[in-house]
Amino acid sequence: MKILVCITNVPDTTSRIAFINNDTEFDKSGIQYVIGPYDDFALARAVELKEELGGTVTALNVGEAYGDPVIRKALAIGADDAIRINSFPKDSFFVAKQIAEVVKKGGYDLVLMGRESSDFNGGQVHGMVGEMVGLPVVSPVMKLDIENGKAKIAREIDGGKEFLEVNLPFIAGCQEPIAEWKIPNMRGIMSARTKPLQVLEPVGDETRISLKKFSLPPEKGEVKMIDEDNVEELVQLLKNEAKVI
Amino acid sequence: MPINTLQQEKSTLKNVFTDPFESPDFYAIDDLLTEEHKLIRSSIRDFVKKEITPYVEDWCQKAEFPVEMVKKFGKIGAFGPTIPLKYGGGGLDNISYGLIMQEIERGDSGMRSTASVQGSLVMYPIYTFGSEEQKRKYLPKLASGELLGCFGLTEPDFGSNPAGMLSNFKDVGDYYLLNGSKMWISNAPDADIAVVWAKNEQDRIKGLIVERGMEGFTTPETHGKWSLRASGTGELVFDNVKVPKANLLPEKDGLGAPLLCLDSARYGIAWGSIGAAMDCYESARRYALERIQFDKPIASFQLIQKKLAEMLTEITKGQLLNWRLGVMKDEGKATTAQISLAKRNNVEIALNIAREARQIHGGMGIIGDYSIMRHMANLESVITYEGTHDIHLLILGQEITGIQAFS
Repeated sequence: MKILVCITNVPDTTSRIAFINNDTEFDKSGIQYVIGPYDDFALARAVELKEELGGTVTALNVGEAYGDPVIRKALAIGADDAIRINSFPKDSFFVAKQIAEVVKKGGYDLVLMGRESSDFNGGQVHGMVGEMVGLPVVSPVMKLDIENGKAKIAREIDGGKEFLEVNLPFIAGCQEPIAEWKIPNMRGIMSARTKPLQVLEPVGDETRISLKKFSLPPEKGEVKMIDEDNVEELVQLLKNEAKVI
Repeated sequence: MPINTLQQEKSTLKNVFTDPFESPDFYAIDDLLTEEHKLIRSSIRDFVKKEITPYVEDWCQKAEFPVEMVKKFGKIGAFGPTIPLKYGGGGLDNISYGLIMQEIERGDSGMRSTASVQGSLVMYPIYTFGSEEQKRKYLPKLASGELLGCFGLTEPDFGSNPAGMLSNFKDVGDYYLLNGSKMWISNAPDADIAVVWAKNEQDRIKGLIVERGMEGFTTPETHGKWSLRASGTGELVFDNVKVPKANLLPEKDGLGAPLLCLDSARYGIAWGSIGAAMDCYESARRYALERIQFDKPIASFQLIQKKLAEMLTEITKGQLLNWRLGVMKDEGKATTAQISLAKRNNVEIALNIAREARQIHGGMGIIGDYSIMRHMANLESVITYEGTHDIHLLILGQEITGIQAFS
C-alpha cells in the first residue's frame, strides 16, 4: 500500500490573527504553525493503514521552508519520507496543480488529505486534484477501511452518513473520527531526523484567485440581559437596534 | 443518525482543546531551543493534556497510582529519553529530557516522580554502572514500561546521611544474602525491580538489582500521604533475600554511585518544578482576569499584579537556569553543586508560586477544580526528596568555603 498524505501548514487554532500591508497580507510574526487539523486525521489514518497492511506513507506539503517543522512532525508521527513543493500555496488551483504532479508520478494507491485546510477553508483541493489526474474523489470521509483491495468508506452527508465502496486508487478528503490524532513519541521524533525530505520546485505559477483584502470578523457586541417576561422590549431591540427582524 | 451522536463521534481528543494552558516565555527562551526541542515539548504537552490532566484530580483524591500510565509513559518515550536507542531509550539530549520533565510536572509532580525514578534512578544506574548483560536484560523493558523500577537508598534512620545505611549483603558462595530496609521509595508498591544500595562485607556501598518475587523481598505501601497522592510510595524490606551474583552492578562502588543518580534526577526536578510553577501562574493569571470583585477583575488591583509579576520574574529566572544547566550537562560540565543550586532554587520558587496562586484563587484555590492545592501539596515532598532544601544549601556552602558542614 503506497499512500500519499497532503498536509497543510496552518496557524495554530489559538493564534491571534492580524494583517499587515493595508490588510493585504497575513501577519506571520509570533505565529505557531501546526499540521492542518483535518490533514492530521488523514495522516493518523494513513499511519494506521500502513501498520495494518504494510507499505509506505509519504507526506506532501506545498509551502515554504518555514513549514519544515510540521513536516518533521509528520515524519515523527510515522510518515516514511516527505516532499515539499517549495512555494507559497497561492490558491487552491495552484496547490492542486502541484499535488497532481506528484500524484501522476508517484503511483499511489491512496491519496489522503483533510476535507479542508483550517486557514482558508476552501475545501476545493481534493476535488481539483481528482479532476486533474482523473481519479475518483470522496469527501468528507469519516471512516476508511481497506478490504481485499477495495476501500469501505463512511461519508458524512446532511444529518447522516453514506456508506460507499471505492476501487483503489482514489482521493479522499478526511475528517474525524477517521482516526485519533497521533502524538509523536520520542523515538519517532529521533528517527524523523534522518528520514528523507525532498524539496522540489513548483510546476508553473498559474492561479485562479487574486486576493484583494483581509478583514477580521466584527467584534462581539455587549450582551444585554432582558427580563424573561419583557418580550416587548426584546422585539423592539431586535427590530430597531439589532435590525434583524 | 441523530446529530448529537455524530458530534460525540467527532469529539476525539477533546481534552487537548479543553486545557487552555499557555506557556509563559517572557525572555524568548524558545529562541534558544531547536525545532526538535519544541516538537518534543508540544508532544509531551499534548500527551499530558490527553492522558494526565483530565484524570489526575481523581487519582489524587482516591490516592491511586494509575498503573496504566506506566505503559503509556513507555509508549510516548518518557522513560530514559537520554538512554541510547539501542537499549530502547530515546537517544535525546538533556534539554529534551528537561522539557519532558517540565511538561509532565505541569500535569502533576507525582506523575513526574514516576518518570524521574524510572529514567534517572533505575535506567541511569543500570546504563552507567551495569554490565552489558544487565543493560540488555533490563533497559529495553524499562523503557517500554513493561517493567517498573524503583530506587532504594534512603532508610528509616538514614535520610540526609545515606553513608550510615545499615542495609548489607554477604557473599555466601552462589549468591548474595541481602538484609535491611528502605523507606520513602517512590514506585515501590508497584515496582517489578529495585535498584538497591547496600554495604558489602568490606563496608563498601554497591548497587544490586532486586526483582519482585525473590524470597524475603516485600514492598509495604506507605498510606496516608497528603502529597504526591497519584504516585505510589512504600518501603523495601529485605529478609535474607538471595540475590544472584549477576545482579550486582559491577562498574562502580561507594556513595558516589547513587549520588550520581541523584544528580540526574535533581536535574529533572529543576525542570519539572518550573512546569508546576507555570501551571499555577497561568491558572492564577486567568483566574485574576475572570474574577470580578468591587465591579472589576481582581487583576486590576496592585497587590494581585505584584503577585503575578513576581511569579513571572521567578519563572523566567528558573527557565534560564534550566536552559544553561542543560547545555552544560550536554557538554559534560554540570557539577553537583550547580545542579543543587537549580533544584533548590526552582523547587522553592515553585512552592512559593503555588502558595501565592492559591491566594489569588481565594476559596477556589483549595478545591480540586483547580490544580493549585495539589501542586502545592506535591511540592512539599519535592522540596524534601532528592536532597532536602537545607542539604542543597550545605552542598553550596561547601562549594563556596571548602568546608563541609553536614556533620
